[in-house]
Amino acid sequence: MFLAAEHFVRAPDWEWFILGYFFLAGLSGGSYVIATLLRLSGDPRDEPAARTAFYASFVLILLCPVLLTADLGAGWWKFWHMLVNVTPGNAGLNFKYWSPMSVGVWLLLVFSIFAGLSALGAWLADRRGREGPPLFGPLSVAFNLVGALAGLFLASYTGVLLSVSNQPVWSDTWTLGGLFLASGLSGAAALIALLTRYRREAVYSLLRLRMADGYFSLLELILVIAFFVTVVNAGTGARTIATAPLWALALVGLAASLVGLRAEGRRMRPSGGGGGGAAVASVGANAVLVSVLVLIGVLALRAAVIFSGQ
Amino acid sequence: MEIKAGESYGFFTDTSVCIGCKACEVACKEWNQLEGNEPAFLADSFDNTGQLDAQNWRHVKFYDKVPDRPATTGNGTAFLMMSDVCKHCQHASCMEVCPTNAIIRTEFNTVFIQQDVCNGCRNCVAACPYSVIGINQKTGTAHKCTLCYDRLQGGLEPACAKACPTQSIQFGPLAQLQQTADARLEALHSQGATQAQLYGRDDKVYGGLNAFFLLMDKPEAYGLPNAENAVLPSRNNIGGYVGAVITAVVGVVAGLVAFRRRGMA
Repeated sequence: MFLAAEHFVRAPDWEWFILGYFFLAGLSGGSYVIATLLRLSGDPRDEPAARTAFYASFVLILLCPVLLTADLGAGWWKFWHMLVNVTPGNAGLNFKYWSPMSVGVWLLLVFSIFAGLSALGAWLADRRGREGPPLFGPLSVAFNLVGALAGLFLASYTGVLLSVSNQPVWSDTWTLGGLFLASGLSGAAALIALLTRYRREAVYSLLRLRMADGYFSLLELILVIAFFVTVVNAGTGARTIATAPLWALALVGLAASLVGLRAEGRRMRPSGGGGGGAAVASVGANAVLVSVLVLIGVLALRAAVIFSGQ
Repeated sequence: MEIKAGESYGFFTDTSVCIGCKACEVACKEWNQLEGNEPAFLADSFDNTGQLDAQNWRHVKFYDKVPDRPATTGNGTAFLMMSDVCKHCQHASCMEVCPTNAIIRTEFNTVFIQQDVCNGCRNCVAACPYSVIGINQKTGTAHKCTLCYDRLQGGLEPACAKACPTQSIQFGPLAQLQQTADARLEALHSQGATQAQLYGRDDKVYGGLNAFFLLMDKPEAYGLPNAENAVLPSRNNIGGYVGAVITAVVGVVAGLVAFRRRGMA
């Protein structure tokens, strides 16, 4: 058994830029996945929320390379060394399937193309005042499905990247990929719920976005528990004590989302007291607070993991 | 000694004869033009170097283990010293994760970071289990011992081995060093120093280390992971991705369930 308490490693000093990247990549990938799922729901009235999610995904992914390159010690202009091998005599592309950083750089590139084209499609549809399904029907959905796969990877690989190291905490658990993904999906649902305030017709999807956020948070909570079990079992649990305030913030976000799930579950029942415009107004008022808490929690979770390991 | 490309070279560091003079550190800095860090009072025995990093490619570690009872003659447990260095692992964690392929294996079977290729992502720093690699603040790139690659190309032995007054650091073809180490271990055992052991001599630690050691205590006492803990970062690939895939499947199903629910309009 790997005795993780015996780490004799140096911290890579991945701090604020990387935290920002992990946060935005999770939200961008998650937003794309949610946009695709909204389209798969088969209800054209979800299309405004789906388009909002595609816009969010694209804008967020634009910021990711900025943060990544800013973090490079040798300067942003060497970012392309991740893609192309510049070793004399070894010209070619760099791709190591066993190195998450190498795979992630390529997926970031691929996902950016999907996010860009999907946002463009959404913009064209909005410009033409088209309210129904996507521009190219089933073809668009198939395109979105492939993009969503890339989005799922983008939102999760950052956790795997941390695990594929010899750092304490990070390398002592298998949960980080799943944890970052669940948290990214939850944050994305919260973000889109927040953005529906600026697009009236997207409000139709609001309650179900809150429900989805709750489900994702439930998944995240299970993975948080698994994270602590694995890390404590490996002997490095004490390292998370210093980041306890961040963990607390993450749990507040989770709790907000789960409380919201319970409330929305009641509202969605046909016999429930809520419904119609009153329900939307009520949810809209709470959604801002819940969404903000969830987003802070998503950021705090990543910060807690990053700073527990170094 | 003739140094030939295509042959494996390395260091055999015999800690039992290290006297902690730090000549290796000075020689390394001089040859490699390392400025060194600002002097600092570390309050840590005779160690004022602190650690291996971008400015310290050799580091003499001091482990005070003065026993409560008088030490018996020749047991060498009262004060451990070890000139630490990059291990030039056969299965190198840094090389495994490097996304730019800046870290290569040279014609002397050593591990070398190409400064013009490295972009300072620091993935190698997170991966190295020996805390060897550091980031040079001026260049922003990863630095570590090159096993004096330039000297080897010129047919010269590395500066640290050349300067070591007690032959604690020996340089040579790996096979020859291994024979020397085996003989030394046998001699120590026959003298009653049964705690002496070789670290990285065989392939149990990262497939074998080109810079291997004779230790007078267990590896952990010197800040080295034992064979059981000497594992590559890629061990976590499968677990990490499987966890992510399961989460993805459950998450997508949960999303579909949520979005297919009706009940309000």
